[in-house]
Amino acid sequence: MSARAALLALGALLACSPASAERLVLSLSTNLVAIGSTYTGARLVAFGVIERDGQTASRSGPYDVVVTVQGPREAITVRQKEQLGPIWLNRSQQKFVQVPSFLAVISSRPIDETVSDVMRRRFRLGIPAVVSAPEFTVGRAGEGEQFRDALVRLKGRDRLYFESPRAVTFVTGEFFRAPILLPATAPVGNYDVEVSLLADGIVVARRNASFELVKTGLEEQITEFARDRPVMSGFVAAGMALFFGWLASVVFRRD
Amino acid sequence: MQIYLPIAEMPVSILLLLAMGAAVGFVSGLFGIGGGFLMTPLLIFLGIPPAVAVATQSAQIAASATTGTLSAFRRDALDLKLALVLVGGGFVGTSLGVWFFAAMRRAGQLELVIVLSYVTLFTVLGSLMLAESLREFWSARRGVVRLRRRAGEHPSYLGLPLRVRFPRSRLYSSLIPIVGLALTVGFIGAVLGIGGALIMVPALLYLFRVPTNIVIGTSQFQVLCTALLAVILQATLNGAVDIILALILILGGVFGAQFGAQAGRTLRADLFRFLLAILILAVGLRFLIEVVVRPTEPFSLSIQEIRR
Repeated sequence: MSARAALLALGALLACSPASAERLVLSLSTNLVAIGSTYTGARLVAFGVIERDGQTASRSGPYDVVVTVQGPREAITVRQKEQLGPIWLNRSQQKFVQVPSFLAVISSRPIDETVSDVMRRRFRLGIPAVVSAPEFTVGRAGEGEQFRDALVRLKGRDRLYFESPRAVTFVTGEFFRAPILLPATAPVGNYDVEVSLLADGIVVARRNASFELVKTGLEEQITEFARDRPVMSGFVAAGMALFFGWLASVVFRRD
Repeated sequence: MQIYLPIAEMPVSILLLLAMGAAVGFVSGLFGIGGGFLMTPLLIFLGIPPAVAVATQSAQIAASATTGTLSAFRRDALDLKLALVLVGGGFVGTSLGVWFFAAMRRAGQLELVIVLSYVTLFTVLGSLMLAESLREFWSARRGVVRLRRRAGEHPSYLGLPLRVRFPRSRLYSSLIPIVGLALTVGFIGAVLGIGGALIMVPALLYLFRVPTNIVIGTSQFQVLCTALLAVILQATLNGAVDIILALILILGGVFGAQFGAQAGRTLRADLFRFLLAILILAVGLRFLIEVVVRPTEPFSLSIQEIRR
């Protein structure tokens, strides 16, 4: 998907700006977020500099920036409860096979104030544009609209999907910073950060970066143990239960 | 104080988990049941993935059942012979239940079956026990002593062939109804996803007239065997046992279970049956309300896999 988006971006650059366009330099405050036993979420910052030279076309309005952060993909089933006689049951469902587990869209201004609807959908700017993209579902377009809305709503409730329309701040006219807030429930894995530079209602430059969320220390060892030695870890859990159960009965023994 | 759970992949408050473990352990020690029907919804409410919640609480159940079993063993309030028959029958019943569960899932009617049987079983059972208990209180207030069992009076199913003596339980019964009960409870437990002690305890009390303290101890032992098997299978097949979560729940659970067992020793048998009736009825009603009341959010998400 990112390759296709990059091609589209390239096409747009060629089509829209015959003069040489801006260059975007991007850096994340860290490329590795470590999870330890006291982890309660993380805060990263994406820094960007807009580079212009003598040939760059002059812009009539100010620059705008849209930062899209996508977490590792996951397969999700959305179920809907319906009434059957007097009781409510999960009756219908839709499966989404390639959904970002985390999706944050951080921008300098609300996206609908900066670019047209067509542009938004073409460059997947904003949560509605990302989730209504054809690659998002296996179903036909327009099908299962309520399931898609429910997915965004429920993910939003856990702060796993969110838009921050005014969070990108320009330090100077060419230097900006975008804070990225990862909730503690965001899954481990690789996160893609895509920054789009907008001017005069079009995308003039795009740049990608990524960071990784990993477990470290004891957390990592426990996860590896449970994955690589499953039978052993079952016996350890059972042994632990027996030991503490026995210990409590000895400690509290009255006779 | 927050700690990050490595398998559930989220931080939780240690004190909250300790308190939950202690509360569920108390109920578990008092009634000789597992308490999974309380712990699972609590853990899911905290945001722990359902698979991890179900798998990990088995460890806590095993720990509180160990405490309860040892405590019963010391006071000689455990009928090992009866418990072994129940455990054997229970394993066969559980296997049949798992097979039935898979078959129903293929047929696509699973949730309806579960909802209807859960609600019916617990509300009917709870209501019957509550009515019986209230009649008992009422006649006691009027000064009429109603014997729970007259000498020489036995239900006819105890007299079927293959009669065996269970001296600790003061029971001389055919093996057929006992194994039948174990099979049924194991089967229902596997289909409904509950440990089954909540059905086993009233069945031993009312159908077999086993003394209350022996029922609790014997049921604890059976819960222990089932929970140990569940922990090992869940870790092996699903890798869903979170050892940190298990440790915290166990620490809370064993102390709660200890106090529960102590409280149970001083509780009068009729009061015990009354509280058990309330508990079973409450479980049934809670499930009934959940499926009858219009949900505020009709949609729910379930994550199958994460590609990293």
